[in-house]
Amino acid sequence: MKIRSARVMTGVAALALLATACGGGDDTAAPEDAAEGTMVIWADPERTEALMPFAERFGGAHGVTVDVQSIPNEDLQDNFVTAHQAGSGPDLVVGAHDWTGNLVRNGAIDPVQLPQDKADGFEPVSLDAVTFDGRLYGVPYAMENLVLFRNTDLAPDAPATVEELVAIGSGLKDAGEVDEILSLQVGAEGDAYHIYPFYSSAGGYLFGEGENGSLDPADMGVGQDASIEAFEKIAELGESGDGALKRSIDNQNAGPLFNDGKTAFYVSGPWAIPDMKTAGIPYDITPIPGFEDGGEARPFIGVQAFFVASGGANKVLAQEFVTNFVAEPELAVALYEADPRPPALTEALEMVSEQDPDLARVVEAGANGDPLPSLPEMSAIWGPFGQAEAAVIAGEDVATAVGSAGESITDQIG
Amino acid sequence: MGASEGAPTPRANDGPAVSAAGLALKACALGLAASLGVWAAVPLFDAANWVGLGIVAAVTALIFYAYLSPRHVPLKYLLPGTLLLVAFQILPVLYTVSTSVTNFGDGHRGDKEQAIAAIEAYSVVRAPDSTDYALTVAADGDPATGGLVFLLTAPDGAVYAGDAEGLTGLAPGDVTADPSGRITGADGYTVLTTGQINDRGGEVADLAVPTGDGSGIRSSGLSAAYEGTATRTYQEDCDCVVDSATGVEYAADEEAGLFVSADGEALLQGWQVGVGADNFLRFLTDRTVASSFFSILTWNIGFAAGTTFLVFTLGLALALLMHTRKPLRGQSLYRILLVLPYAMPSFAMLLLWRDMFNVDFGLINRMLGLDVDWLGGTWTARGSILLVNTWLGFPYMFLVATGALQAVPRELGQAARIDGASAWQAFRDVTLPLLMVAMTPILISTFAFNFNNFNAVWLTTAGGPFSPDNPLAGSTDLLITYTFRLAFGGQGAQYGFASAVSVFIFLIVAILSLVSLRQSRALEEVR
Repeated sequence: MKIRSARVMTGVAALALLATACGGGDDTAAPEDAAEGTMVIWADPERTEALMPFAERFGGAHGVTVDVQSIPNEDLQDNFVTAHQAGSGPDLVVGAHDWTGNLVRNGAIDPVQLPQDKADGFEPVSLDAVTFDGRLYGVPYAMENLVLFRNTDLAPDAPATVEELVAIGSGLKDAGEVDEILSLQVGAEGDAYHIYPFYSSAGGYLFGEGENGSLDPADMGVGQDASIEAFEKIAELGESGDGALKRSIDNQNAGPLFNDGKTAFYVSGPWAIPDMKTAGIPYDITPIPGFEDGGEARPFIGVQAFFVASGGANKVLAQEFVTNFVAEPELAVALYEADPRPPALTEALEMVSEQDPDLARVVEAGANGDPLPSLPEMSAIWGPFGQAEAAVIAGEDVATAVGSAGESITDQIG
Repeated sequence: MGASEGAPTPRANDGPAVSAAGLALKACALGLAASLGVWAAVPLFDAANWVGLGIVAAVTALIFYAYLSPRHVPLKYLLPGTLLLVAFQILPVLYTVSTSVTNFGDGHRGDKEQAIAAIEAYSVVRAPDSTDYALTVAADGDPATGGLVFLLTAPDGAVYAGDAEGLTGLAPGDVTADPSGRITGADGYTVLTTGQINDRGGEVADLAVPTGDGSGIRSSGLSAAYEGTATRTYQEDCDCVVDSATGVEYAADEEAGLFVSADGEALLQGWQVGVGADNFLRFLTDRTVASSFFSILTWNIGFAAGTTFLVFTLGLALALLMHTRKPLRGQSLYRILLVLPYAMPSFAMLLLWRDMFNVDFGLINRMLGLDVDWLGGTWTARGSILLVNTWLGFPYMFLVATGALQAVPRELGQAARIDGASAWQAFRDVTLPLLMVAMTPILISTFAFNFNNFNAVWLTTAGGPFSPDNPLAGSTDLLITYTFRLAFGGQGAQYGFASAVSVFIFLIVAILSLVSLRQSRALEEVR
């Protein structure tokens, strides 16, 4: 009924609008019925272009038209869920794996069955990422994770620990060679994604593991003792400590700081590489170091994947596309060329790593990473966790900040 | 409007003059209204939405009646505005109110059937010892209507035909296969083309060839099949979902729109139900709302009133400066410069300002040699936002005040001066009251707009700085940014809750506007 009355509203609105202003155009176009045998893919503008030739090839092979429609990345998930509800969604959508939980909760995507021989071709972590509640919901094609970039002119050797990094950075800063010890974006509201490697190294966790290996939303780690201890360590790097982490470094200036040679170390992902190349900065890529007495720093692994819409008109074709077509290395390589992130297919990864040694290093730096949780509950973490991080870096009391973040998250998860 | 000299002379007894151009315009507009009506009616008819269809028909008929009948002249003028008001003001408000009493949001978007369909589809698990078959989709007889058959090749080369009844072995001699072993033809069956399969996509996706103990062979795309079991099924007699693997029953909870087990575990997929006043109560009883609502409301009013005051004072002052008897040299240049902030996209400007306030790298600290954490302290952040918002808003006031000043006769001020009033007195007691007649409605709308000025806050401070003990309410939060965080931050989008809060905010703004409109009546009596 909601949808219907919304439609009536739009109808009346359009009616009134055009009744008052005579545009002279003929507006009697029939409602756009999906032509028989047209498969629709939604992707963000960058991938749309790379997908086009493959869509045509797939269409040619199966006698259907494949239409790739470009939707801005920030609207893609919302639009998809809304369109699904209205029954006008696409057959396939290309998106980030951490949408999985929300898409499943809304019944907007179908599970995918990959035959074992196909599944073996993918990097295991990429399949883990699109697995939700023990089931596979998408077919991955690219991965990404944070790494440590190092200006090799300023710091020839990669630091093995955070402490070493801070020592080298402080030395350079004292010598006046750089302005900042490290460029890691924090911003006024904090940034959970970028601080997570340090948080995990210091022993903090977000969700505990339940049975069958998936994450357990009932065991939420923020606010527990381990997280407070982890943030104590992060606080030592903060503004009243070493000064390696600062709220004034945000997503706008983190890259330019490194690219202008004002810092020797920069925590970011493969998307930052093109700017570095343009700036001509000599860089090396290594894993993000952990604390001396802590565990390994585990960055989040983000995976880009194809999802089959549960409301699509061409579900069989869409399943065929993801099980047999996305698993082809050429498509992965083309998508890599459109946007240089490591392919999820092992064979494609090896192919592009030969021409682009950076990629192999990025993958290596993410070898022990954690897939970004795709639980719907994750959306309650970002805000409070980030604010706790910002408060701790500003030098506020750690137990208060992390404790109240934990309470807020628990409240919101409900 | 367009009555040209060359138009045929209207007959004297035919009421108001109607030119040929006007007549054509009218016919064109009515034609459009009719075609729009048809355009809106077709999908409504398809969806069998008779109420909607009735409304479209009634509105179209009303339009035709109003403009074809020579009577009801006021209606001709009122109708377009009224229809727009209904479409763009009243309907959204009604829609918001009706949403606010539901649990509409992520996980509760559709109806119960959709939730059940999703739960059942998601519960299919690949059997632990599942064989991967090569699949060819065929039909028993006619491709479009014959029963669907899966022609399957097991990894060991054995071939089968499977339908809804079960699996039957095929003699290898009856089938032809490609080198990979996938069947390309079988006696007695019609192999379907991709197009034919896609036309029957729903059936293909639903077909599970039973293999005993509840599992079935299902398709995975066009050329592969696997053995899987749906572990969760909906049972009508108990109105519950039963998990055959664990034996747990999830009973439908019509009040929450969820399937919940006896020990309180809920399935992820729910449906939309009415929840009455729950969303309103949740807002009123929320722990953080109780502690922060009044401080946020106070700042919110302060922000809206402060912005209105500052943009008005600055805009008016500049307008007065420009309002000289002899045009200032380069007056239009000044005016263009002053209007510039108004002409720039505010999104980009807000982000730019945010960067200028950065403590270490921002333009302001660098230029002034300061080390102030502008957006990090409660009052500096509030001041910064007011400054930015004033910068964005004063050109509009300047434009309006410039226009209004032209309408106030200069002689009145001069007369006051001759009577011995000082320049300030003449302005305060003569010009300003006359000016306020035109400006008051603008000030009220500026106040109402800034009361909900989401962008100005979200793009600069995002509500911060936050006190370490409350990460949900920051010191520059407006009600709208605060509730956005509450309604969309925690569990995805919760439209029902967001609508309930919108209703609250709507009431607050409505009351404030009503009070100030009452006040402004007093001013209007000046004239």
